[in-house]
Amino acid sequence: MKLSKGAQDRKRTFMLITIPVLALFFCFNTLPLIKGFMYSFTNFKGYGSYEWVGLRNYIDLFSDARVGKSYWFTFKYALVSTIITNVISLVLALGLNSKIKCKSALRGIYFIPNVLGGLVIGYIFSFIFTYVLPVIGQTLGIGALSSSMLSSTGKAWIAIVIVGCWQAIAMNTIIYISGLQTVPEDVYEAGAIDGVSGWKQFKELTFPLIIPFFSINMVLCMKNFLMVFDQIMALTKGGPSQSTESISYLIYNNGMSGGQFGFQSANAFVFFVVIVIISVVQTTITNRKEEQL
Amino acid sequence: MHKTNKAARTVNWPITILLIIGCVTIFFPLYMAVIIAFKQPSEMTNDIAGALALPASWSLSNFAEAMRVTDFWHSLGNSLLLTVTTVVLSIVIHGLGGYAIGRSMKGSKFYNFAYLYIVSGMFVPFAILMMPLVKQTAQMGIANRVGVILCYTVFFMPLNLMLYRGYLTNIPLALEEAARVDGATTWKTYWSIVFPIMKPMHATVAVLTAMSTWNDVMTPLVIMSGTGQNTLPLAQLNFQTQFGTNYNLAFASYLLALIPILLFYIVCQKQILNGVVNGAVK
Repeated sequence: MKLSKGAQDRKRTFMLITIPVLALFFCFNTLPLIKGFMYSFTNFKGYGSYEWVGLRNYIDLFSDARVGKSYWFTFKYALVSTIITNVISLVLALGLNSKIKCKSALRGIYFIPNVLGGLVIGYIFSFIFTYVLPVIGQTLGIGALSSSMLSSTGKAWIAIVIVGCWQAIAMNTIIYISGLQTVPEDVYEAGAIDGVSGWKQFKELTFPLIIPFFSINMVLCMKNFLMVFDQIMALTKGGPSQSTESISYLIYNNGMSGGQFGFQSANAFVFFVVIVIISVVQTTITNRKEEQL
Repeated sequence: MHKTNKAARTVNWPITILLIIGCVTIFFPLYMAVIIAFKQPSEMTNDIAGALALPASWSLSNFAEAMRVTDFWHSLGNSLLLTVTTVVLSIVIHGLGGYAIGRSMKGSKFYNFAYLYIVSGMFVPFAILMMPLVKQTAQMGIANRVGVILCYTVFFMPLNLMLYRGYLTNIPLALEEAARVDGATTWKTYWSIVFPIMKPMHATVAVLTAMSTWNDVMTPLVIMSGTGQNTLPLAQLNFQTQFGTNYNLAFASYLLALIPILLFYIVCQKQILNGVVNGAVK
């Protein structure tokens, strides 16, 4: 069958659009990915000459204490922040979706943290943690607050969790609200007839209906928290004594200026694989849950 | 609403009040930023009352000084340039790409592969692309604003392509076919018929792309570090390393960096909220 002139034109135009788009994507996404993979088998410092070292970098990666520490911090941070963010934003969304006054103004206010840049917010919080909170702690006699959280190896990560959640909650709340709006009013009415209310109403009626939004938030949150960078840069620069060094920050810091271009490329590649695995696992688990319901 | 019984209309005051009190957590950091930005170094005392009090006078001198030190207008100009160009390129390139690929996927292995190939780019963290991209942009002679814009255009491609394609699946082919019968070329049909229909998606793409570009630190940090050009967030980073101890000046500078995006949010709040929800849920 011969294609009509119009159909031919359509096919050709689509091809002429797709090829450059694919080329652009290849050039700035796939090509650097392949190059990064290649560098991960070298001892490249970021300048000068380099040699192939085979799997050396990958073997070293698993025995490198600093890398291990950064994975531990990043996962601890991501997991704790994801849980806190989702609990608070769900509660906040339920509140913002109930019959309240000034609904749209309140929703608008609670979204503000999301539009502000992570770096500047980090700097503002850094001041609060360093100067304001200790003063409050000393005055009220709370020992745990009387010195700066950011200079303590045990507590600095909590400060980063607070700032990370402060920003992420805004986004998750909006998504939960849009989820809650999909729940039809008669579900609650039917529940009320059966005498279901309060926590039971939420657990048995509301939550199952917004599971898709819950899974979006989990995946989104986890991925963003695992790639934390701006907050670290603004609050601690990985310190004190590398206790808050995230994987992204370590790759940036040691790869770009620490002469570990090759080694950190291996780290970045492992990190990439980890992110893919987590995203796939999370999506399959939540998909399966959705099917069951 | 046919039912207007009392229970449905009562305002839940306890929750309203709790939520209003909760706003303190949002406003407290911003309040701190404002008062510190207006204070003089001599007003920075070491007790609660002093730390939380309003400044003695509302002088703009810190802002003038901060603007001079950080070369504010230049950084603002760069941020605007990067954001606007990226948004325009995203709408043009991703819109076209979404249309061409989305409309051809039915029964075509090639286009299905192309779509999955680009969308899977969403999983690639910037950390892995960062170091090779620095080398690559330097070799190509675009370790500057051009390189940053090209990188953004590619980073946002997976999400935007997905959004455009998803939107197009709900738009019937009839209009395009009618235009074809009338003898219009595919290219012309796109710009005169499809592009205007996709307007709601352009808004979503514009909001998402603009906010990510405006607040991004990492890409310009690694790619344009050698050019002496700053974006607004980058200027704060450099400011912090040079004059980290003068908090009043620093906070004036931070506020200046926050004001443009806050204004944008106040003006386009509805579009931004819609855009964010669309981007995440679709």
